Amino acid sequence: MAGSRRPFAPLRNLNAKIAAVPMIVTVLVVFVGCTLWTVVYSFTSSRSLPTLDFVGMDQYVRLFRTSRWTVSLKNLAIFGVLSLSFSLVLGFILAALMDQKIRFENTFRTIFLYPHALSFIVTGLVWQWILTPAYGVQKVVRDLGFETFTFPILTDGRFTIYAIVIAGLWQGTGLVMALMLAGLRNIDDEIWKAARVDGIPAWKTYLFIIIPMMRPVFITTLVIISATIVKVYDLVVALTNGGPGISSEVPAKYVYDLMFSRGNLGQGLAASTIMLTTVLIILVPWALLEFRPRYRKGEVSK
Amino acid sequence: MTKLHSVSIKDLSLNFGSISVLKNLNIEVADGEFLVLLGPSGCGKSTLLNCIAGLLDISDGQIFIKGKNVTWEEPKDRGIGMVFQSYALYPQMTVEKNLSFGLRVAGLPAAEIQNRIAHAAEILQIGPLLQRKPAELSGGQRQRVAIGRALVRDVDVFLFDEPLSNLDAKLRSELRVEIKRLHHKLANTMIYVTHDQIEALTLADRIAVMKGGLIQQLDDPLTIYNKPRNLFVASFIGSPAMNFLKGEIAGTNGSRVFRVADLDISLAGYEAQQPLAPGHTVIFGFRPEHIAISDQPGSAGRSCEAVVDLDEPMGADSLVWLKVAGKAISVRVDSGRRYQPGEKVFLIFNPAMASLFDAVTENRL
Amino acid sequence: MSSSLSSAEPRGSRPKRFLSPASIMIYSALLVAAIYYLIPLYVMIMTSLKGMPEIRLGNIFSPPVEVTFQPWATAWNSACTGLYCEGIKVGFFNSMKILVPSVILSIIIASVNGYALSNWRFKGSELFFTALIFGAFIPYQVMLYPLVIITRQLGIFGTLTGVVVIHTIFGMPILTLLFRNYFVSLPPELFKAARVDGAGFWRIFLQIMLPMSLPIFVVAVILQVTGIWNDFLFGVIFAGTKNFPMTVQLNNIVNSTQGVKEYNVNMAATILTGAVPLLVYFFSGKYFVRGIAAGAVKG
Repeated sequence: MAGSRRPFAPLRNLNAKIAAVPMIVTVLVVFVGCTLWTVVYSFTSSRSLPTLDFVGMDQYVRLFRTSRWTVSLKNLAIFGVLSLSFSLVLGFILAALMDQKIRFENTFRTIFLYPHALSFIVTGLVWQWILTPAYGVQKVVRDLGFETFTFPILTDGRFTIYAIVIAGLWQGTGLVMALMLAGLRNIDDEIWKAARVDGIPAWKTYLFIIIPMMRPVFITTLVIISATIVKVYDLVVALTNGGPGISSEVPAKYVYDLMFSRGNLGQGLAASTIMLTTVLIILVPWALLEFRPRYRKGEVSK
Repeated sequence: MTKLHSVSIKDLSLNFGSISVLKNLNIEVADGEFLVLLGPSGCGKSTLLNCIAGLLDISDGQIFIKGKNVTWEEPKDRGIGMVFQSYALYPQMTVEKNLSFGLRVAGLPAAEIQNRIAHAAEILQIGPLLQRKPAELSGGQRQRVAIGRALVRDVDVFLFDEPLSNLDAKLRSELRVEIKRLHHKLANTMIYVTHDQIEALTLADRIAVMKGGLIQQLDDPLTIYNKPRNLFVASFIGSPAMNFLKGEIAGTNGSRVFRVADLDISLAGYEAQQPLAPGHTVIFGFRPEHIAISDQPGSAGRSCEAVVDLDEPMGADSLVWLKVAGKAISVRVDSGRRYQPGEKVFLIFNPAMASLFDAVTENRL
Repeated sequence: MSSSLSSAEPRGSRPKRFLSPASIMIYSALLVAAIYYLIPLYVMIMTSLKGMPEIRLGNIFSPPVEVTFQPWATAWNSACTGLYCEGIKVGFFNSMKILVPSVILSIIIASVNGYALSNWRFKGSELFFTALIFGAFIPYQVMLYPLVIITRQLGIFGTLTGVVVIHTIFGMPILTLLFRNYFVSLPPELFKAARVDGAGFWRIFLQIMLPMSLPIFVVAVILQVTGIWNDFLFGVIFAGTKNFPMTVQLNNIVNSTQGVKEYNVNMAATILTGAVPLLVYFFSGKYFVRGIAAGAVKG
């Protein structure tokens, strides 16, 4: 359009830029700014108030000498590995069962998914009650006649993290099921027909054809669950509050306690930086995998 | 035909709940025949193919393949191979694994599997692709691998479910030729579902035109094209479509005419399947290429005057739109001469190539 | 099922047994799983309807001999949080006060933002959007303390405004993703036609996009209502003691160390806290499922 003047570049599409201001502020100030602040101050000697007195890796050295932190990390590892493997396996099995053209599918889905609507606090408190030795599962089994039965999952520090795993699976497996079911429903019906014409039994079709085809769904689910696992906090607060002793502490709770209850900011910031690093280790390879340029695809089927 | 029946379908019906999808179908497919199931979407053609494959459970009737009652057999035991619209190749496996997977599950000896793959690869010329994955193949190559998967099963009957509809027009016509060549080479029975009439007309030994779960006509392509059994087949087949005029039978016994408005068209030469009664309301159908345009009137009763409405040049020929008895009709003419809107011309009919349908039952007379 | 074995020729549909071994296995596996999922709900309700003596004697799975609603009344009106004994209702109303403005504000901001990102992209908009989505994966703990400093500087730390702003910030990635993907999926011709007709940014949004977007707004509301109601961390840090949301109050009631534990009251309070998201879930059905597919990122 010769003759008509273009508006000054930054003012073009101004409304959209105004609409995006909250996003830009959030990204720059909160996601980038606050994260950088935390990383920088984790190298200082800050205690109850932040100071810019840099002490190198001191906070990290001290952090990894603190048994409460190492226990937290170990618990996170146990919780993470068990939650991931069980929720993926059980979630997939449930989804595969749901995909068999069953009746009452909606009822089953509602049942498997309702815990996901609840707060971790609610989940934690319910399971605390069910697992309480004096009244819960242990008492019920003893009442059945097994009088020496012990189930000290909340009282013996060696086992408490497994109570958190049980409660977490109860809340989270339904979500995995829903994601997997959506993945299964996305599979071209003709693949199943082709496998049937080829005479491949259903379990082999799942194992050798369907699961390999669902790799992207598995990876995405894995990343999503991993990110929530690293953040696990409310569930522990409600179910065990880290106890008995420090047996069920987790990193997110460690960060909160040192920052807001104990006034040891440097430790809290160093611990949260480690959490960030953990997430990055999961996230970066996934992002590279997900957003790498795709090679030529030919005609996309249907 | 005295040849052995390869596939025979007897009284086949399929209901989904209260909806009747296929209604009492009977088809005999000869050994080595290429049968095309043709029809608009929702006519039941793919459903019928899935029933033959055993992928859908039928409600009533029987299916025989090579004389064996396979009504209750699993797809793998029916002696069929199937090629799907989306190809349905297993995406994480190489071409070779795609071809061999079913055979390995069936427990065939490795040497035999190797032989069959080599044979299929040679016929389909996919030898160099064996170690690739489906995502690395072009549409045409994937199609060939899908055919290969049916081929290695060493079966008598091939089922094709709209195998070319995902491809672009050029590739589609190339692969159409390849499938026809393959049929000549293998000489086995093929049942092929499509909604594309060109595919049907070019490939088929016989075409079954379907609508509403019923077979409208089962005949060789030329008969389907020239002597459609009812109004649906006549209007579904042919592009540009057949012209229709509604009128009535008139004239004396020796020389029946079709009368519409003040126009009489002689029916001399039309092979009626039943006596044409005067006063009978009928639909007179004629294809655009079975009528000619002339500057002079033709013999009486075979010609009429018409005014050109529009001229559509299509390259090899032109489609001229005219008004006859108040209705628009199209005529296919040589593209050598252009016609101007408003130009007065004469149309020459050819009753021997026309079709007459009962206006009520819509069946051919 | 070979034809030679049966006297009658196979005809019609394959013979089906009423209960094949395969379907028995499928349904029993699903039933066992369903029971596992329902047990906590069952135990919660049963416990909340019993008196304390019955709880001490009986087992948690047995239904109440004598049904009492007293624990529910106590939980609502007079349960003690360790500081005062005004029941969980205080938390309920606090949660409502947090919920309503947070849901409205976050959805307004995210829907307009998602619309800008889908139809009015500008230089850098995709970069910011990607950064926003990645931000959703950063553990909250990393950003907590600087946010405390910022909100304190702004004078909104420990206030309703503070916690509403925090919810709006952390709801932004998932909601923006939801709205952007939805607006991208609408036919672009619609947008082009409106522009040719001379409509601008806001007019297209309000008169063309909004009327077509009711379902996605429902999904967003469900996502935010359940997410914000269930929050604990932001409430405990940013809302201030007198604005503690229901989850925080609930935890204080149940896990406060003083006095005799009244399990029936605790369970009644727990059900009451879970009731809002549960009702939303049961009545929203497919919208909830649609939300979690996108909301899964939030976790």
